[in-house]
Amino acid sequence: MKKTGKVRRRRFLKAAVVAAVAGPTIACQRASSPWRFLTVEEARTLEAVCGRIIPADQDPGAPGAGVVDFIDRQLTGFHRRHQQSYRDGLAGLDQAATALHGKRFADLPAKQQDAVLAAMEKNQAPGAAWKQLPARQFFDLVVSHTMQGYYGDPRHGGNRDAVSWTMLGVPASPIRGRAKYDLTKT
Amino acid sequence: MSLPKVNAVIVGAGAGGGIVAKELAEAGLRVVVLERGKWYTPFDCRKDSLRNQRTTALGNAFGPDDERHPRVLVDAQGRERILRASEGGYQNNAACVGGGTLSYGAMAWRFMEKDFRMRSTYGAPEGSSLEDWPISYDDLEPYYEKAEWEIGVSGDDSNNVFRAPRRKPLPMPPASPNREYEILKPAAKRLGLHPFDIPMLRNTVPYGGRPACMRCRWCVGFACEVDAKCGTQNTVVPKALATKNCELRTECTAKEILTDDRGRVRGVAYFDSDDRLREQSADLVVVSCAAIESARLLLNSKSRLFPTGLGNRYDWVGRNLQGHTYTGAVGLFEQETYDDLGPGAQIAICDYNHGNPGLRGGGLLCNEFIRLPYQFVAVRPPGAARWGAAHKEFMRKWYRRSMATHGPIQEMPVFTARVQVDPVVKDHWGIPVARLSGDKHPHSLELAAFLAGRAEAWLKEAGAIETWKRIPGPGLSGGQHQAGTCRMGNDPKISVVDKYCRVHDFDNLYVIDGSVHVTNGGFNPVLTIMAIAYYASDHLKKQWKGRA
Repeated sequence: MKKTGKVRRRRFLKAAVVAAVAGPTIACQRASSPWRFLTVEEARTLEAVCGRIIPADQDPGAPGAGVVDFIDRQLTGFHRRHQQSYRDGLAGLDQAATALHGKRFADLPAKQQDAVLAAMEKNQAPGAAWKQLPARQFFDLVVSHTMQGYYGDPRHGGNRDAVSWTMLGVPASPIRGRAKYDLTKT
Repeated sequence: MSLPKVNAVIVGAGAGGGIVAKELAEAGLRVVVLERGKWYTPFDCRKDSLRNQRTTALGNAFGPDDERHPRVLVDAQGRERILRASEGGYQNNAACVGGGTLSYGAMAWRFMEKDFRMRSTYGAPEGSSLEDWPISYDDLEPYYEKAEWEIGVSGDDSNNVFRAPRRKPLPMPPASPNREYEILKPAAKRLGLHPFDIPMLRNTVPYGGRPACMRCRWCVGFACEVDAKCGTQNTVVPKALATKNCELRTECTAKEILTDDRGRVRGVAYFDSDDRLREQSADLVVVSCAAIESARLLLNSKSRLFPTGLGNRYDWVGRNLQGHTYTGAVGLFEQETYDDLGPGAQIAICDYNHGNPGLRGGGLLCNEFIRLPYQFVAVRPPGAARWGAAHKEFMRKWYRRSMATHGPIQEMPVFTARVQVDPVVKDHWGIPVARLSGDKHPHSLELAAFLAGRAEAWLKEAGAIETWKRIPGPGLSGGQHQAGTCRMGNDPKISVVDKYCRVHDFDNLYVIDGSVHVTNGGFNPVLTIMAIAYYASDHLKKQWKGRA
């Protein structure tokens, strides 16, 4: 009895180790992106866009405040109806950047990035993507989500450490315990 | 399934319904209140600047939810859109116990005498269905007082030389001045205006068993964390329940009002919190769902005797939808104006409510509630950058150095601004949804332009180095101040309810909420809704005793 018990324990441990090693590998294969919705490439483009909408200076910009995390989280939450817009829009933005300046958006210098975004804002960005989704409409969507992520509540993934509130000189919300119950997560 | 008969069913536990419930239950009637939303408490206050009743970037905090409550909006070009509840244009009012009063800014205005006599004072402009009320300020005065003392109002309007006469002062003193108040008050006086402390349904001292306001910045749009804001959910509704005569059923959505073959109202059919269809029979039914949903419920209550809905014999139900066109100005200042002392709005003038040359009516002006950082994102002078380094710099430089003055203008009612029920779109329970259409009257825009100029002049006098106006567009009004869809009047051909809020054609059906307002004043309407609820309840109780 004792022996079998030991074997059983060893077998169990072995299986457990295999499972522990294999687990993450399987997970990695299933989703190669660390994001919830965005692909690695999309996140890189989006981060560059957010970084021009609210650039870093003496205070952190949108990427440093976790705005990409905010948008990615909301794209699987309240803003899930905008998933396709982001999928098409970010691809279209990279195409527009390539058409105008020969490189993907994230690889352009800031000045040329701003020029691409200005063309988006004027609805004059080149590319087939904008037939379905007007460039201006996608740009407005990203501007509004970036503002939400940067100036909104840290509880939603953006405004990390309340950086924007610190920048504006308004202290962060005092925690009174009840703030931790998140009713938006259903 | 039919439930045992009670004396009264009240649909909606908001500003109107909460008060009627308490009045009737204390008079000994057995009352059932059906509320489509939940009962939130101060513990549900999350101070979330992206998810509240004012900023709905991530949804409505206190209902209705986006999934189950669509509406249809028809724009000026006749295009239809199905709207989610948190979307602009939906004209939302909260869906919860307390209704809008759980999360409102809580300004507690009495209308002025002329606000009840707009047509005889000014005459109706072309294209407006402007009318006088069948009741006067004097009829409501005792009930305004009752609302101020029972629900709880702080402030001091003794310096408001334009106010209608009152017998009793407000029960609570005003809050201590914030910096905007200190800057704007002398400026108003230099202009020859008459500034005073805004009356608010907010405790400044302990009152009604609840504590005083702690002056935080999360006020309008939020439930009060310390329960210092006075709504029906923490005043009259608990009192109604304490009588043991009143049962409150939350998450219950009314489907239709039921009538018998003789055309009398016999009860309400509703879906309970498990989506089961129920029938609650009652001797009388009170509809208190706010202007859009009250009209929708009457219009959805069709039968052989009432093929176009109840009270709708002359096609007046849902007409004259109005809210408040907000108009005003923003100013930038060299010195800091922000002192983080909530709720923010504290000083007002009524100099422009009436007597504006060439215009009909007007509106109050006051300083705005605290603008949270995300709300300030949209505040900028015309043509200024809305993104990039320049926008960030604007935020950083001016957030604490800006003020806004604004006010709600008295709108001219329009017959074609209306609520109908949509022939196609249904809600989660299969009930036809509200279909909104129509525009503001041009006079409302004229008045808005005038008042924005006055708001801007006040800021300039206060030392603003740059100012700009915020003038509204022509689209339909409604929102939290929604009113007018079941107009009160003596003539059944041009109104829906009589002067006691009883629907013409019925002796046991009442509408008691902002729907009955003939005009909506140049003021936030909630204290008037509350006063009418007390006034109509008094009549109801007398009627009840008479028949017993």
